[in-house]
Amino acid sequence: MTGYVLRRLGQAAIVVLGVTAVTFILEHIIPGSLPRAILGSRASGAEIAAFSQANGLDHPLIEQYAVFVGHLAGGNLGYSYRLNQSVDSLVLHQLPNDVLLVGAALVLALLIAIPLGIAQAVRRGRAADHLATSAAFALYSMPSYWLAILLIATLSIGLHAFPAEAPQSASVGGLLADPRGLVLPVLTLTLVNIALFSRYMRAAAIATLAEDYVRVARAKGLPARLVLSRHVLRNSLISVTTLVGLSFPAVITSGLIVEYVYNVPGVGLTYYNAAVNADYPVELGITVLVGVVTVLGNLFADLAYAALDPRIRYE
Amino acid sequence: MSDGARAGGHLPPASAAPALSASAGPSVAVLPRPAQPDQPAAAHRVLRAFAGQRLGLLGLAIIAALTACCFLGPLVYHTDQVHANIALTNMPPGPGRPLGTDSNGYDILGRLLAGGQSTLEICFAVALLATALGVAWGAVSGYTGGLADAVMMRVVDIALAIPAIFVLIYLSSVLRPTTGLLILVLSLLSWLGPARLVRGEALSLRTREFVEAVTVMGGRRRRVIARHLIPNALGVIVVSATFQVADAIILLATLSFLGFGPPPPAATWGGMLSQGTTFLLDGYWWEVYPAGFVIMLTVVAVNLVADALAASLDARQRQ
Repeated sequence: MTGYVLRRLGQAAIVVLGVTAVTFILEHIIPGSLPRAILGSRASGAEIAAFSQANGLDHPLIEQYAVFVGHLAGGNLGYSYRLNQSVDSLVLHQLPNDVLLVGAALVLALLIAIPLGIAQAVRRGRAADHLATSAAFALYSMPSYWLAILLIATLSIGLHAFPAEAPQSASVGGLLADPRGLVLPVLTLTLVNIALFSRYMRAAAIATLAEDYVRVARAKGLPARLVLSRHVLRNSLISVTTLVGLSFPAVITSGLIVEYVYNVPGVGLTYYNAAVNADYPVELGITVLVGVVTVLGNLFADLAYAALDPRIRYE
Repeated sequence: MSDGARAGGHLPPASAAPALSASAGPSVAVLPRPAQPDQPAAAHRVLRAFAGQRLGLLGLAIIAALTACCFLGPLVYHTDQVHANIALTNMPPGPGRPLGTDSNGYDILGRLLAGGQSTLEICFAVALLATALGVAWGAVSGYTGGLADAVMMRVVDIALAIPAIFVLIYLSSVLRPTTGLLILVLSLLSWLGPARLVRGEALSLRTREFVEAVTVMGGRRRRVIARHLIPNALGVIVVSATFQVADAIILLATLSFLGFGPPPPAATWGGMLSQGTTFLLDGYWWEVYPAGFVIMLTVVAVNLVADALAASLDARQRQ
């Protein structure tokens, strides 16, 4: 196990380094030049030269990359020339909002999808199962912004039940002060996640129900409820744990769409605004961050998988 | 259809859950297979199994109908999708304009058809290109093994670590998105799922007797991969390619919805939805729902076909 963990950590480190290399390349494929893109078409040659020198852009690429990685290793994600603010401070300000939004949706989705998936597996083939499967299928095939628009049209414009815009506060406390505004964004993300998780949970539970140990548990007279909670639930959860690990980057990626539609002040919306305003350092800084979070999520998923299932042995 | 088949069929596409890591051995499914299936007969059986699945056939019919409408429709239903017409903005459905007009005066039905053409062209091209690239990469990586495999799979891991939508938005903000560029970039972001999938298949196939036999008889690597590994993994590849189409449609529509798709006057479903959303409060329903409905319908249809294909394949492997 220790060997496996060390090997996975080594792989993760290589992948993170690769992510920084890709980001660095992305930064340098900007047509024209980076200083030209940042200073604008009217900047003079002298201004361009001064900017290049101040930011080390006149050094060889390999040296620039080393400096870039050095900054990242020190936790410096870059500097926004448009906002005159470091990417770190932007992200630190807004990441809690994303964690609140997506975290709440993830927890709610798990609380609903796990029992739903098991219930579907137990009653598979019946009308209720078909109904839930179809609903999940439709939700799964729906882009999240389309779902968001439908929810706004019905719950906000139609019924006036909830506001169509998230609370406009930069802090988590401010967001929580107006919980009604959070309902639609959280509901959108929850529905999308339920569709995904319940499909997995149903498939995992069906596979578990066919196992010999479930038959043994039933044969020895264990009540159906205990068979489900002790054997089926616990064993089916392994694959869902993996899925949760893989959902880590969704904190920012699925946040991107939902934050755009509901105008939630989060990292996703910041990324969108940076792209609209050609604020490349912010785009790339957030891309590196998402890359690292993805790698950590995968690592968590693999390690949790190995730790939770004692049948899995790694050489 | 057995329950097991249905369970397998309803698993989300591989690309939605990519990182059941390549290194985690237990997650690579090793399915029992006939020693060397007679390819035409096997394909025939899968097709027969598919023909028995009503939902899959429904999906196929929807795709066929959509394709016919989008490519043949404009031949009989002529609309100007290039020049804005401010005399005809935001008109509700009526005679001569079955779905009304948008805020630029474009006919919505005509625009849906034009957007459908580019969506279908781009997304099928992406599925083909991404699958071809992924299959080649995965088969070589899995069959070669060792250091080459490790390096090739780390490349996949690195590319998977950066969410596609971020790279797409970045590139669209830096470069001008044309159809060709979109196909290229979407493909370069989509081949990773198939690559992992095919590598898994290649890993299990390369130890099989018939592959060893070819190697012993002096068959070269290229021959083993092209004539034996890929044909035997074809079912998995086709299912994955179908899911790729659905993924590409969502990704492309998302990109256009966010305003980073092909620039106007190009018609895109996502762009129409985004533009129509502005008028949600004004009650211009015809500018919102048709576009959203068509995106969803297409994705549902493709997913139905993919699910049915997966279930047919599953049923074949069970025999």
